[in-house]
Amino acid sequence: MALAGIFLMLFLVSHLLTNLLMLAGDGGKAFDRAVELLGHPAVKIVEYLLFAAFIIHIVLGVILQLINYNARPVKYKKAPRTEISTFSRYMFHTGVIILVFLVIHLINFFFVRLGWAPLPETAAHSHDFRPMAVALFQNPWYSGFYVVCMLFLGFHLKHAFQSAFQSLGLNHTKYTPAIKIIGTLYAIFISVGFALIPVYFLFFYSS
Amino acid sequence: MNVTLKIWRQKNAQAKGKFNTYPLKDVSPEMSFLEMLDYLNMQLTEQGEEPVAFEHDCREGICGTCGLYINGRPHGPMRNTTTCELHMRSFKDGEIIYIEPWRARAFPIMKDLIVDRSSFERIMRAAGFINTNTGSAPEANSNPVSKIIADKAFDAATCIGCGACVAACKNSSAMLYAAAKIAQYAMIPQGKVEAKDRVDKMVRQMDAEGFGFCSNTYGCEFDCPKGISVDFIALMNREFLSSKACKQKHG
Repeated sequence: MALAGIFLMLFLVSHLLTNLLMLAGDGGKAFDRAVELLGHPAVKIVEYLLFAAFIIHIVLGVILQLINYNARPVKYKKAPRTEISTFSRYMFHTGVIILVFLVIHLINFFFVRLGWAPLPETAAHSHDFRPMAVALFQNPWYSGFYVVCMLFLGFHLKHAFQSAFQSLGLNHTKYTPAIKIIGTLYAIFISVGFALIPVYFLFFYSS
Repeated sequence: MNVTLKIWRQKNAQAKGKFNTYPLKDVSPEMSFLEMLDYLNMQLTEQGEEPVAFEHDCREGICGTCGLYINGRPHGPMRNTTTCELHMRSFKDGEIIYIEPWRARAFPIMKDLIVDRSSFERIMRAAGFINTNTGSAPEANSNPVSKIIADKAFDAATCIGCGACVAACKNSSAMLYAAAKIAQYAMIPQGKVEAKDRVDKMVRQMDAEGFGFCSNTYGCEFDCPKGISVDFIALMNREFLSSKACKQKHG
């Protein structure tokens, strides 16, 4: 769970940095170069690892949730009112929201690349992601949905980062407080970073 | 002061339980929570009703026998306090107090507020001990232990095995309990010898008992009457991973 999660967190950084190139103001040249690099064989190998990480993380998450739910057959009348971390209570719920987003996201972009979904009119070829994204983001409903999902992704990551270290036993009185702060900053960076892109294309961009 | 108690009543392990409401008058704020229940039981006995069954022993916070889920918190609203050390002055006059047993598959209810915690005992029996030669005490200076490590091992050893961590956890996980029991040995020389084997056996027994898995919510640390830190869970995870990674085969 933790190892797959760490891999996914690293992937999110590379994905966000690539996406932010869309805002470079060069008509998408830098972004298109980055997309070209995704076709490199070495990247392909990492892509398979990425699918494996997603599947492991999702399957283990569901199994854990089922076992944990069954570990208390009769629930309390008065639900617990205090815990140290609020986001940690809803990891499965935020995870499900992210999964729904992921499926829609794959249909919108990845399926087009594979040729499973029809090429949108705006795109010149199946790797021409920027016009596809711009068209989607100029729909306020899609952008709103995207931003909300990124917010939930942030909640998920806020707990995930330090939790991964705890699960792997990587804990130290000196470094754990720093890990917690870095985790919060990481969650904000990822969720705000991804959310900026639809906000930009919806409000500040005209083609 | 007057309070209204809503207490889980269940005749035996098989019976279906329910909440009964007991208005209780003239409760002294100086009563401990268990004395308040004694006071209720005296009245119930006089009325010819079955008294509420609850566990208690030392009543000074060191035995781990008492443990009630009070208004949504194991051992009630005070932190670092067992049920027996909780006093009625922590409640308001006229307050409605819900009293429930620990809820977990691995802690089946025996009667009313009493649960069977022998799953904890079986985790200890799996490997919660050290093997050592009997005889005269060894020379103390032959096993130097730093003050910091000795104190941490002692912090782990203050676990009274009450089960509040399981009761508090949204997953009914026993990780804090097992971690404390593993850490108290794993950090000091006498316990290190068998540490890898111990963590393997105790974790396996814990999983077999039907406790949930840890999702690092840290509710256990918040509600532990002895304030045991989740740092020990990280230590257990570290010990467990290294025991898996470095396992030596016999022969």
